[in-house]
Amino acid sequence: MIGNAPFFAVGVLFLMGLLGIFMTKNLIKIAIAVTILGSSVNIFLVALGYRTGGTIPVHFLAGEGTTMVMPTPQAMTLTAIVIALATTALLLSLIMLVWRHYGTIDVDEIRRLRG
Amino acid sequence: MNWNDHLPALILIIPLFGAFIAPICSLGGKTARNFLLVVISFITLIVAFMLWRHVLANGISYYVMGGDKFNLSLPSGMALPVRIILEVDAFSAFMALCGAIVSFAGALFSVNYMNRFSGMGRFVSLYCLLTTGMLGMMVTGDIFNFFIFIEISSIASFGLIAFWRDKPTAIEASFKYALISQVGSMLILIAAGTLYGKYNMLNMAAIGSVLKMGTMEKLALVFLVGSLAMKCGSFPMHMWLPDAYAEAPTGVTCLLVAVSQASLYGLMRVCYSIYGAAMGSSFIPWMIIVFGLASMFFGVSMAVVQHDIKRLMGYHSVSQVGYMLLGLGVGLLVLDDARAMADYGFTAIKGGVFHIFNYTMYKALLFLTAGAIYYATGKRDLNEMGGLARRMPYTTFMFVIAAAAISGLPPFNGFVSKLLIYESSFAVHPFLAVVALVTSVLTLASFVKVFQTAFLGPEKNSLAKIQEVPAAMLIGMAVLTAAILGASLFPSWTLSTLVEPAARALVDQSGYIGAILGGGM
Repeated sequence: MIGNAPFFAVGVLFLMGLLGIFMTKNLIKIAIAVTILGSSVNIFLVALGYRTGGTIPVHFLAGEGTTMVMPTPQAMTLTAIVIALATTALLLSLIMLVWRHYGTIDVDEIRRLRG
Repeated sequence: MNWNDHLPALILIIPLFGAFIAPICSLGGKTARNFLLVVISFITLIVAFMLWRHVLANGISYYVMGGDKFNLSLPSGMALPVRIILEVDAFSAFMALCGAIVSFAGALFSVNYMNRFSGMGRFVSLYCLLTTGMLGMMVTGDIFNFFIFIEISSIASFGLIAFWRDKPTAIEASFKYALISQVGSMLILIAAGTLYGKYNMLNMAAIGSVLKMGTMEKLALVFLVGSLAMKCGSFPMHMWLPDAYAEAPTGVTCLLVAVSQASLYGLMRVCYSIYGAAMGSSFIPWMIIVFGLASMFFGVSMAVVQHDIKRLMGYHSVSQVGYMLLGLGVGLLVLDDARAMADYGFTAIKGGVFHIFNYTMYKALLFLTAGAIYYATGKRDLNEMGGLARRMPYTTFMFVIAAAAISGLPPFNGFVSKLLIYESSFAVHPFLAVVALVTSVLTLASFVKVFQTAFLGPEKNSLAKIQEVPAAMLIGMAVLTAAILGASLFPSWTLSTLVEPAARALVDQSGYIGAILGGGM
């Protein structure tokens, strides 16, 4: 049961992110919600890769253990973090430009593209 | 050492190299930069063509990144592929060829179109990066790698949609697209993680070989189908598409059409090659068909009322994507029923695949003609145009060809692919074919309206001084016109050489798996 705790955390964070994106009106808060969503996915990948009692998959550092933790999910997580960094930076700079053009960051008032 | 073996890697390396050399090349001035853009996209086109020829002649080609040898898919003693593998079958090669043609046409068009603006070093860089992302999605054989390339293409397209950052609407469209595609790609990553957790593999072919339907697989499938249908602009999630297509610079819109097709490719790869016959229930195929019908009908009914020429075409994109989803969904529905497959299923897949080619060509051409009108007149509102046919005869000619093709008028290629989709979807249920026909009629009505208001009628006083667009833009449009006319004049050659191998490769799940797991050792 306790082994599944990370996955519950992932589910809660994921729903928080989704709700944040759909419910909040402030663009900065929406960007934060996107980041939370990304973090929940990263926790999911890291939690997925862990084996109870596993050691590092380096031959001369592994010691006695024969169960090893596959490093692929960690590599995936690192890549995903780098990508999330780039998109967050882009989202924030777009918000900056929105503020400059519209004078507001309220979703309801940024509606020139309709119909 | 044979060049042909390295083509899957070269098709990614060349545009990527172009993206990073662009800022340096821009120091050499305007001519050097434009030269770089056109040459890089032309070499990419040639490589895509050679790759397509190679795959047709020699079967599936794959390329192992970071391995001892590029053609060793299973390194010593391993039963499973652990490296990053690029896998190109006839369907991927076909998609890459379509994408490369559009990328070349868009690059030629942008040379003149973007001439008036500064910051072109960044434009060239992002354009090449977007091409890399698109081609990467088409040639990769690894589901996590697919996520990386979808992110590369998304990030490049956020920058390109907001390229005119003094226009508020461009920023708004870009933000909307950024938000939606970020949520979508996170769903793809969760799906990739889920499949990895279950099978310890990321290679699509290897997952496909052991996949059995369970709760986790269903979850992954729903996430993948939902997010990829969103990225290719299917109905309930299409809101970003007309905005992004209308606000991006036209050369980019043209390329975005091909990028949305890359997402469609991903959707089909997941459904046919990873899940394939193991899918078991007809829920997902029907969901794809319903997405397709809804996109077709609502897309076109939104398009009829538009005044802005690029938004109008954007909504037509939504409705055209519906045709492909319908065709490929019908094929998916009968995937494990050999008799129905031979009866109408394969026709539906052929229709869908042919429609991908046709749509990419004529929709890109339509956007380019809209961009040419914008370049010449500075207007996008149909009510302010009139009598352009006298001033811009070549643009008018190419617009007429593209409009006839998208409306499915008989001699043109759009007619052939739509006919294949009608007759096969009729076999499933007549209602599907009826919706497709009504959509086609409304498309024709909408383009007759555009042609009549923009090109015919009395000349507006404000438009008395306009001229035909420069030669490079015309050549860019002519490339796509030639592709449309070629497919229209030689439909049986196109069907047997271009479409049928691609459709056959899409259905052949065991061939896709066997190329990776059977070779090597």
